[in-house]
Amino acid sequence: MEESVQVIRIERSQGWVALQLKELWAYRELLYFLIWRDVKVRYRQTALGVAWAIIQPVFTMIVFSLFFGRLAKMPSDGIPYPLFSYAALVPWTFFSHGLTLASNSLVGSANLIKKVYFPRLSVPIAAVTSGLIDFSIAFIVLLGMMLYYGIVPTLNVIWLPFLLLLTLMTSLGVSLWLSALNVQFRDVRYILPFLTQLWLFATPIAYPSSLLSEPWRTLYSINPMVGVVEGFRWALLGTKTAPGPMLIVSSLAALALLVGGAFYFRRLEKTFADVV
Amino acid sequence: MGDIAIRVEGIGKKYRIGKKERYKTLRDTLASTFAVPIQKAGKLLRGEGLGTAEGDEMIWALKDISFEVRRGEAIGVIGGNGAGKSTFLKILSRITEPTTGFADIYGRVGSLLEVGTGFHPELTGRENIYLNGAILGMKRGEIDRKFDEIVAFSEVERFIDTPVKHYSSGMYLRLAFAVAAHLEPEILLVDEVLAVGDAGFQKKCLGKMGSVAKEGRTVLLVSHNMGAITQLCETTVHLEKGRLKRVGPSGEVVSAYLSSSVGTDVKSSWFNNTSKPNHAEVRFDSARLLSIDEQPLSVVHFDSTFLIEIAYAITAPIRDLSISYKVYDTQGNLVFESMDTDMPEWKGRVREPGQYRSLCEMVPSFLKPGRYYVSLISFVEHVKIIETQQNVLSFDVSEVGYPLNPGRLGIVSPVLQWKVIG
Repeated sequence: MEESVQVIRIERSQGWVALQLKELWAYRELLYFLIWRDVKVRYRQTALGVAWAIIQPVFTMIVFSLFFGRLAKMPSDGIPYPLFSYAALVPWTFFSHGLTLASNSLVGSANLIKKVYFPRLSVPIAAVTSGLIDFSIAFIVLLGMMLYYGIVPTLNVIWLPFLLLLTLMTSLGVSLWLSALNVQFRDVRYILPFLTQLWLFATPIAYPSSLLSEPWRTLYSINPMVGVVEGFRWALLGTKTAPGPMLIVSSLAALALLVGGAFYFRRLEKTFADVV
Repeated sequence: MGDIAIRVEGIGKKYRIGKKERYKTLRDTLASTFAVPIQKAGKLLRGEGLGTAEGDEMIWALKDISFEVRRGEAIGVIGGNGAGKSTFLKILSRITEPTTGFADIYGRVGSLLEVGTGFHPELTGRENIYLNGAILGMKRGEIDRKFDEIVAFSEVERFIDTPVKHYSSGMYLRLAFAVAAHLEPEILLVDEVLAVGDAGFQKKCLGKMGSVAKEGRTVLLVSHNMGAITQLCETTVHLEKGRLKRVGPSGEVVSAYLSSSVGTDVKSSWFNNTSKPNHAEVRFDSARLLSIDEQPLSVVHFDSTFLIEIAYAITAPIRDLSISYKVYDTQGNLVFESMDTDMPEWKGRVREPGQYRSLCEMVPSFLKPGRYYVSLISFVEHVKIIETQQNVLSFDVSEVGYPLNPGRLGIVSPVLQWKVIG
């Protein structure tokens, strides 16, 4: 037996509690298996399978191109409109799917939560992260479209991993709030479609943020998805909207959402098993 | 601390059970319809949860539970429904927090509150072994190493790459238990998982649990199966209505629990209180169930020997008298009968007037666990029945020491000696 025996004290916690990131790390294998499960199960028993990862952003892109591009003649920063909107829809779909899945994840894992101890944070984290597969597939389509339109990415493409991380942080940050709330209030289920729809239009997906002038544009990027979407276009398509200040504001907002969400989640966590 | 594995100090858990009647008038109802969501929203933002609105009725599911478990000890937890066993296990497993008190756990804990937690129907047996193993806290390398053993134990080799939704429920449970059985923490908390699968598999599981306990790991087992508790645990904790009723050696605690739980409807002794003078030559006075050292009993363990004592008075000399009893099960089947003239020395003898006691020694490991009723008969063979007393005694045979399958067929379940000659 090991020299040092690990001692666990079980008692009532009060108020705000530590995040216990160390413990989350100790349970990383479980996190890995939860992600793996979500990925494996996602398209089982569906006729179209993985094609769903492409169908949704592509069809939205077609609809947007018809109505906003053709009919409304929406400006698109000099980029062909379909590419302009699809480059935004790829991270957006990752964000909104992650949000929907993760917000319902705790309720969906009720039997786990009532029967086994593990850091509850792993559940929404796994739900959001498993969307990366879908993201990659949709991203390949994006590369194909760039090839078709003959657009070469700029050197700024090295920022892409950071932008992806920012998307993940935003999605997870919001999900932490909503999933914890969902345990007590199933109202969240009804708020979600409504919220994602509003958020879609509050983000420059169908239109460019260059419609706004400074300083409003930077203020606008308090919505972290503004930074993400404009960042993606800037890094891949070389749009001129310099996203520097926008990205800083968006990153700070995403960080605030994530940290706040994590503490809020931890605070409600002790009631999950009794309430869910 | 050294040899302590679990220390429980004053653990209590309070639950909210619904609300009392709060709204009295329509106006109040309407007012609160608007006010309550706003209050709730405020509370939510402060992250207070919604635990304790006024007027809610609270119940202590557990109160003031304190005891210690030594390293390497197997401890049983028993109690009726609602005694707080599951809540207690959930607290020790860190699934829910106690309201008061604390518990210290020294070592790596694994808890099995159910088997197959997190099994996903769309995943194959192989995939579920890994997923379930990870959920129970096993490392990936550990699962890799034990994989073949788990599959062999589960007896589902042929279907290991089939999604578990196509499994029969028996296969599903076997696979689930196989993973659970290979969990090797220093401290194992188990709830009722022994009650899975068919009888043969159950026995295998019991054997596995036994070997876990013998390997020197600390085991805390919550069960309704008194047989399993006495077999596997040296110490047992008895919870009653959320409170600690008794802690001690399993045999004693289980016996006390069983005799308290059978309550008043078991009549382990009977005294003839018909005051009218009996003009027959024999009259039953009393009947009792006794332990082998003649202490009164109400619960009989499967593997223990006990006595049935029948006391009677003889008023006139009588030849060929038989004092007998019949034992019926709850379905009314006559299980067997026995009489004191089965002993050759009492055949054809004359009993002179006086007080007598006939004691019958019941063989152990014969009556199935369950309830029995005893009727008394005195008679002279081929001549007359003198007196019959229907169902004057009842007793329970407990599962303590019962080594067979619960599903064993037949009215009795004797444990017989076998010889296998190859």
